[in-house]
Amino acid sequence: MNMKNEMKLEFLSRSQNEAFARVAVAAFAAQLDPTLEEIADIKTAVSEAVTNAIIHGYDNPNEYVQLITQIYDDCVVIEVIDHGKGIEDVELARQPLYTSKPELERSGMGFTVMETFMDEVEVISAPGQGTKVRMVKYIKNDAAETERD
Amino acid sequence: MLTGNERRKDILIVKLEGELDHHHAGEIRESLDELLEDQSIRHLVFDLRNLHFMDSSGIGVFIGRYKTISKRGGQVCITNINPQLARILDVSGLYRILKVYSTVEQAVDAIRGEANEHEK
Repeated sequence: MNMKNEMKLEFLSRSQNEAFARVAVAAFAAQLDPTLEEIADIKTAVSEAVTNAIIHGYDNPNEYVQLITQIYDDCVVIEVIDHGKGIEDVELARQPLYTSKPELERSGMGFTVMETFMDEVEVISAPGQGTKVRMVKYIKNDAAETERD
Repeated sequence: MLTGNERRKDILIVKLEGELDHHHAGEIRESLDELLEDQSIRHLVFDLRNLHFMDSSGIGVFIGRYKTISKRGGQVCITNINPQLARILDVSGLYRILKVYSTVEQAVDAIRGEANEHEK
């Protein structure tokens, strides 16, 4: 796979940056000429991952969330990284409806939404060391096809 | 955010606009709960025509209000949803507890229809 472009962002772990993060990734990914549905999928998945980093990773507004987006011929690869608490049991955290913060009325559907809307979702985490969520979305449009030819 | 509300007897119709993510969920939840303190409200209809984005934070908001309304024997209906919202609702299983209608009027008619059935 041939990487065509990359961007890296860092922003404070504050909830108003959730909208900024998803819009920034969507604007960058527009280079692959995705459909409106593909853009909506990417925005939603980024929103979930960034929200997790802010609420669960840090729970502290003065830390930084990293966001790396790479564009390949036919896909977008997005990494959302925090250096916060980490996840004890990743398998459990990925279960639908599981939430460590029911008091916040969290639905526990974040990872399920990411898995449904993206083609690949990988979660790398260790307690005390933070979490990296790596997501891949294949863009199936004509423009990407033409450029590959 | 919550931009408007309208009462029709025991039905409360609320308009949500913009984006419903974790950042906005708290404010929307507080506004809704304040309105729902009025115990004469039995049914809740959401008009989502101008809600352009929602992630799983919105699911929590809907489920929480559903719990309140179902204790009163009422229904929660959502109307005017776009395809992105439809997919989130589908993934979350919310379709099983919320009723979906194309328009606010259809939702109100359906609630009234069921109420009339009960009276017969």
